Amino acid sequence: MKLRAILLTTAVLGWAVPALAEGDLFIYTWGEYTPPDLVTKFEKEFDVKVHIDTFDSMETMLAKLRSGAGGYDIVVAGDATVQVMIAEDMIEKIDVNAMPNYANVDDKWKDVYWDAGRSYSAPWAWGSTALIVDTAQVTGDINTLDVLFNPAENVKGKINMLRDVNDVINMAQRYLGVPRCNESPEDMKKVLELLQTQKEWVKSYNSEFKEPMVSGEAIVSMGWNGYSMRAREEKPTLAYVYPKEGYTGWMDNLTVPKGAPDLDNAKAFVNFMMAPENAAMVSNYARYSNGIKGSEAFMDAGLSDAPELTPPADAPAPEFIPTCSPESVKLYDRVWTKLLN
Amino acid sequence: MSNARLKDLRAFTGFGSVAAGCVIFLYAPILFLTVYSFNDGRSVSQWSGASLRWYAKVLHNSDIQAAAVNSLIIATVAATVATVLALGAALAMTNNRFRGEEAAYATITLPLMVPEIVTAVASLVFFVSVGFSLGFTTILLAHIVFCIPFAYLPIRARLEGMDATLRSAAADLYASRRQAFTKITLPLLVPGLVSGWLLAFIISLDDFIISSMVAGPGSTTLPMHIYGMLRLGITPEVNAISSLMLIGSTLLVIVAGVLNRGGKTT
Amino acid sequence: MTDRALPLSSRWSERAVTAGLLWPSLAVITVFMVIPVAIMAVYSFLEPATYGGVVWKFSTAGYEQILFERDFLDDSLVFSADYLLILWRSVAQAAIATLLCLIISVPTAYYIATRSDRAKTIWIYLITIPYWVNLLIRTIALLFILRDDGPINDVLMAAGLVSAPLSLSYNSFAIGLGLVYSFLPFMVLPLYSAFERFDFKLLEAAYDLYASRRIAFFRIVLPVMRPGLVAGGLLVFIPAIGSFLAPDILGGGKTLMIGNLIGTQFQGARNWPFGAALSMILMTLTLIVLIWMARRAARTKFNG
Repeated sequence: MKLRAILLTTAVLGWAVPALAEGDLFIYTWGEYTPPDLVTKFEKEFDVKVHIDTFDSMETMLAKLRSGAGGYDIVVAGDATVQVMIAEDMIEKIDVNAMPNYANVDDKWKDVYWDAGRSYSAPWAWGSTALIVDTAQVTGDINTLDVLFNPAENVKGKINMLRDVNDVINMAQRYLGVPRCNESPEDMKKVLELLQTQKEWVKSYNSEFKEPMVSGEAIVSMGWNGYSMRAREEKPTLAYVYPKEGYTGWMDNLTVPKGAPDLDNAKAFVNFMMAPENAAMVSNYARYSNGIKGSEAFMDAGLSDAPELTPPADAPAPEFIPTCSPESVKLYDRVWTKLLN
Repeated sequence: MSNARLKDLRAFTGFGSVAAGCVIFLYAPILFLTVYSFNDGRSVSQWSGASLRWYAKVLHNSDIQAAAVNSLIIATVAATVATVLALGAALAMTNNRFRGEEAAYATITLPLMVPEIVTAVASLVFFVSVGFSLGFTTILLAHIVFCIPFAYLPIRARLEGMDATLRSAAADLYASRRQAFTKITLPLLVPGLVSGWLLAFIISLDDFIISSMVAGPGSTTLPMHIYGMLRLGITPEVNAISSLMLIGSTLLVIVAGVLNRGGKTT
Repeated sequence: MTDRALPLSSRWSERAVTAGLLWPSLAVITVFMVIPVAIMAVYSFLEPATYGGVVWKFSTAGYEQILFERDFLDDSLVFSADYLLILWRSVAQAAIATLLCLIISVPTAYYIATRSDRAKTIWIYLITIPYWVNLLIRTIALLFILRDDGPINDVLMAAGLVSAPLSLSYNSFAIGLGLVYSFLPFMVLPLYSAFERFDFKLLEAAYDLYASRRIAFFRIVLPVMRPGLVAGGLLVFIPAIGSFLAPDILGGGKTLMIGNLIGTQFQGARNWPFGAALSMILMTLTLIVLIWMARRAARTKFNG
């Protein structure tokens, strides 16, 4: 009986292991982030078979790559993560700035804190993390973090916060006017007190904020812009709000990990994604901005003008936050543990 | 004594209602998510009319299909191998005293005790340092290991309750060990084996953390695919594939039942 | 139980058979679980690297952090009950969930065991088919049913039984329900498996001797179920301690469980040694309980 099990297993394995043919591209990215027709377009143009694997968090991806588990050609990583990957020598220097389509990259994305001069990474999509508010229920000035930390009576008990250490603490820091990547125990003590006071009015710490907002369980929430747009489609009274104290910006980038098996295909893909019509496909699919000039012409009607993708003129600029020092990370973790205890 | 009277004696009041309540409790969320798999809108909780678009999307999405098939294959193989291994272990350890039995017991139940993320990271580090390239095989190995205790405990529970005199009776009748095993012990063990296999199967099907860490490029399982969707929002597409899995499992049960009718009832 | 009537050669071959049956599973687990866990044990005594991973320098900071923290302001070692509280809460929650599972599963398993042969199989499959759907999806669906504007409250309000929605979500009740929901078959199936062979004539005999229904249940039925209770108890309690889906989704993510805590150490908090240390402590405690239970079971068995 055991012999049969072994034989069966071997047969199954032989069938299930993918045949590595000439011309492959292995992409490791977030789920639902890569439009199928983009994949088909690339496959046809370059005669390459594209395989997409998804991760659920940057940390899972980092752990796998760091352990030496290879096999990926393209990895999509957030700004702070790219910084880490460059520092730890995990990605190839593919000289994006020398690629033909580099001229299409919007100037403000060329010299970024995580990759000055763009030697390692190219823009994929970018967005912001701010507030989403039900304008039918929340009155008064909503462009401020007061709605989160000093809410009106009807808002108390109906606030949703993202389940992310950094996002939550950053918002609290902005409200208190203390710096990001904070290493000061005094500052963080104030942050903790603020968050603990707020906790009584918080319904949930849930990163899936669309459902609570659409169902009315929460009327104020932290949120990402693209997802908020989807929420607004289901409930028109929801508005994406840019608080005057500031909000977080983030950018997902294309990188090529060290030891990528199909380096040429990877570079071709990076260049491919800097063409405006291709970048626009990502925006249309995921509902986030891309970093490529001229892509607005190819985006869905109304998408590039949507309030979620184009902040109003008086809104502050998004704040891109680098990876914080280990002392800071440790402080944040302690605050988070005490908050949720 | 009439059948009706026997049934009366065996029944305890309220037990049937609890069992029925159990089933209702288990199936209520299933019903809910099946209904919403037909939702026209993108929400999994706000109804906007009926539509088959998500089923159409699943049928065109080869990634999600491949992930589902992978999960089913892994779960079936892992559950089967784990049950076979667990059967051996249970036979050796039940009603049997030997040196080191506590260590053996601790080892068999170890996978149950280790937190999933720890197993995940530790297995990743282990596989890579030994040079075992990540892929389908590593997922399968990891699954077999954590399935073993889930198969072992029900089989052992079954074995413990079995009458030891049956075995010595078989010996008295000069039955060989093998005959005693295949003709007496094994048939009596069937409910334990089925329970063990089913538990191992469902625990493997659901695993996410360990799979995501030890999977290689090109081997995605369904939970990995679903969790990957979390960042950009879960759509009723997940409900659709879940409903399809449910239909699949029900069909399998019916087929198994039909096939069994030809065999003897225990 | 080695039969002393058997000749010596038979006893040797009996031991060989025992070993032969046992070593495949032990070997698999030793290679693919014990060794990785040993690696983790080593990691618990190292220092965390800046961006995750470990630095090969010896340090007991991982274990220290469980009980002590450096005071915010003057950097002295201060006893902190934070993590012990999290551990305690997870254990308590798991215990309650196990108890609830037990109360529901015992009658259910009994009922299934008293059905006809064909119906039994159908019931068992019926119990497990929902588990083909991913737990995350089912837990989310459960949340939607329980929340303030979900079907349960809609029905209750429409029937006039309550005037305001019952708060069934984002609290301990919801978490308990969610944990039971996650683990029910892991109690039902072992109970059924242990009990299915029960000879109902024993029950008949008890009634003939004028035993009440209750005595019959507690003195005759339950002892037969005992191996199943132990198996089911382990299969529910231990995983429940580390579970985090139900607390996160149904509890609104407002409390940290040990499962979350350990997970975070390997993710955003980038403190692998601490995560490893927490896991070692958790596993050691669980192991102690396991061994204690196994010894108690062995003792009562031999004491009749």
